[in-house]
Amino acid sequence: MAAFTVYRARRIHTMNPSRPTATHVAVRDGRILGVGDLEDLAGWGPYRLDEVFADKVLLPGFVEGHTHLMAGGAWRYVYCGVFDARDPDGDLVKGSPSFDAVVEALQRRAQATADDGGPVAGWGFDPIYFGAERLTRAHLDRVSADRPVGVMHASGHILVANSVALRLADQLRPGIDHPGVPLGDDGLPTGELKGPEAMIPLMKVVGLGAQLEGADGPGLRAFSRLAVGAGVTTATELGAPFSRRALDAFKHETAQADFPLRLVWLLRTIGMTPAAAFDQAVALKAESSDRLRLGAVKVVADGSIQGFSARLRWPGYYNGAPQGLWYVAPEDLRAIYALGLKHGVQVHTHTNGDEATDLALDCLESALREHTGPDHRFMLQHCQLADAAQFRRMKALGFGVNLFANHHFYWGDMHRSVTVGPERAERMNACRTALETGVPFAIHSDAPVTPMAPLFTAWCAVNRLTASGRTLGEAQRIGVMDALRAVTLGAAWSLKLDSEIGSIEVGKQADFAVLGDDPFEVAPERLKDVPVWGVVQGGRVFPA
Amino acid sequence: MTAAAPEPIPVVVIGGYLGAGKTTLINHLLRHAGGRRIAVLVNDFGEINIDADLIEGAEGGVLSLAGGCVCCAFGADLMGALDDLRDLDPRPDMVLIETSGVGLPGAVARSVGLASGLTAIGVAVVADAETLRARAADRYVGDTVLTQLRDADLLLLSKTDLAGEAETAAVRVWLAGVAPRAAVVTTDHGRAPPDLVLGPREAPPAALAEGAVVAETHAHFRTGVRRFSDPVDVAALAAELTAPGSQIVRAKGAVTDLDGTRKLLQVVGRRAAVTARADDPRTEGLIVWIAVDPHPH
Ligand SMILES: [Zn+2]
Repeated sequence: MAAFTVYRARRIHTMNPSRPTATHVAVRDGRILGVGDLEDLAGWGPYRLDEVFADKVLLPGFVEGHTHLMAGGAWRYVYCGVFDARDPDGDLVKGSPSFDAVVEALQRRAQATADDGGPVAGWGFDPIYFGAERLTRAHLDRVSADRPVGVMHASGHILVANSVALRLADQLRPGIDHPGVPLGDDGLPTGELKGPEAMIPLMKVVGLGAQLEGADGPGLRAFSRLAVGAGVTTATELGAPFSRRALDAFKHETAQADFPLRLVWLLRTIGMTPAAAFDQAVALKAESSDRLRLGAVKVVADGSIQGFSARLRWPGYYNGAPQGLWYVAPEDLRAIYALGLKHGVQVHTHTNGDEATDLALDCLESALREHTGPDHRFMLQHCQLADAAQFRRMKALGFGVNLFANHHFYWGDMHRSVTVGPERAERMNACRTALETGVPFAIHSDAPVTPMAPLFTAWCAVNRLTASGRTLGEAQRIGVMDALRAVTLGAAWSLKLDSEIGSIEVGKQADFAVLGDDPFEVAPERLKDVPVWGVVQGGRVFPA
Repeated sequence: MTAAAPEPIPVVVIGGYLGAGKTTLINHLLRHAGGRRIAVLVNDFGEINIDADLIEGAEGGVLSLAGGCVCCAFGADLMGALDDLRDLDPRPDMVLIETSGVGLPGAVARSVGLASGLTAIGVAVVADAETLRARAADRYVGDTVLTQLRDADLLLLSKTDLAGEAETAAVRVWLAGVAPRAAVVTTDHGRAPPDLVLGPREAPPAALAEGAVVAETHAHFRTGVRRFSDPVDVAALAAELTAPGSQIVRAKGAVTDLDGTRKLLQVVGRRAAVTARADDPRTEGLIVWIAVDPHPH
């Protein structure tokens, strides 16, 4: 009777420098019993040889250190992005490369749901591919003249609503005076609603309520299928505010035998005092299971660069836009760090602009003078604009960083010409600096802001190509090995899980990304095209 | 708005940097609500410490307070919280929104304008006289503090006892430069006359006749009324009451406009809000005002 399974693969890249490649991996009780050649593994006793991956290449299961379950929830609505994308069922969904195509995609949904007469909503629309032209209520009125229609921008910061929806929300009236509500020549809103205060009154009306967030069983399930298709075995939820109901749903879903993902849910400090947040984080940690990890804290320091709400140091935005916004007071950030050190709770801080990064550095330095924090592993999330001096301080203070490599492709051209200008755009998400300074780093998608696909994210860090084909920041490119390390061990380290996952070596979880090709053999510019067959998660096989 | 629509609920946004004294002010207002049903919206319960003796109960994230007042935390969803307030039964007479320490109260007031059934009548910003100028020069939050000050219609200077007379005077001079639009009022330990924020009673004691002035307990504030037996140009009246040199820092009253419609006029510092008014003969043609001495003490 075989006590364990040995998988033979075309090649196994382990991310363990002591044994970087192998042909066989043995799995028992969901964990890695050994990796090597068959002879090395046979010593463990009788085994069952599984040839299902004989022509596949195995890597450690990818770890996505910054995502949102909304990436799963969003697929309940009409995909309106420019690029083709994979839905949770693994089906290819065509992109909408024109306003007409967006309208047609919504019309198809409206026709398919003609009976229910409810709202029609879409997501993933990105205006930067359409020059100066704006999607407005006039376009969406073509979808329906009697049902509410809404489309969420890819950034998540702008919603477009049709006339019916605006009327239902009492927003189709003259005299509105709000920076987030542009008006047309008729003095009425154009349909674009920018920022949460302008968007929220319309969200419910167009049907983009809590369901979009995906912080429920079905949302998590859809998210997990996206993960399988991307080779991801551990992912994160960094935005959803805590609710007992969501926690119960996550517990139930992740406990199912066929649930293919480990979810790390960070507690956002919003709506509670720092002290209350840490009491709750400590209590939540005890409720963790293998596939649901709780107990770390997330705090948001500033906004986004493309939304001009990030806090930039001098000389500010390239186009002269006013300084961005603080979402936390310095005193509170300092208190949060002190509490994190005191309780041994890891803190992840969203900083986009370099001034926000400076504040985080100052606050941690000050907190560390008062409290010791052995292996505190505080993380800067995004940290897109950090310069070399800031990386040196990160190193000195023990910060790790999770860089937003996908930005190069999706917004790189805009960053170069509008938001921060060429020089700072070239140092954005400075993977090379992180590497050379010795700051532990990961790279991420922030899905659904950009699609969850670690091979694509690695490709972005390796090539730094923008959508228009420009190499943005040649000097910050990194090699394929370093990029793949960032989406495996690097991200595992950022979640304090590197002793369990992130590499294929004895004792770790049997989490593998199963690839149809060898990412080290394809040309670096083809890295994103390496096919993903599926994953092995905790020793369980999940084809995409 | 149809004739049956209720008057919009007035909203005052209360801003100011962390530690400026917003919580002290709000507790003071709740303690002296004088029968007004006030709904307080706070960013999170942690930032405001409602005095324990005012709290009568807590349910579903809403604190019930003495005198029919309530307090709710809105977290990331201000608009949703405003929606919920409008549906409260009985309706609140007034809403106070306390912004976070780094929040921009002007932006919040404009967002209130997007919610139907509510009107932002003014932005009151509490500023700590002792630390204000240092904060305004702070590398990280200086611009945020200055924007908060510029957003103010009414600026309540707190902790003047700690700052001392000389610094308080210097701060007032400095404020005239950085926030020239705001009406600046000095408070004692965060205790402004409640009517300054909540608005004067519309039906004042009969003794308060035309032009008469009633001295408040607060030394340098005066209250008075103006009566209008004929229709009045409300826009012109609003401009007069909020003119830069005006000593009036708060006013409230119902008047008939030149076109015959009834209007409710509210002045908070240098902002006037005019909304449609239901019939109420008791208060017809009467504006109650609060003025402040130009040179306190
Ligand atoms: Zn995010």
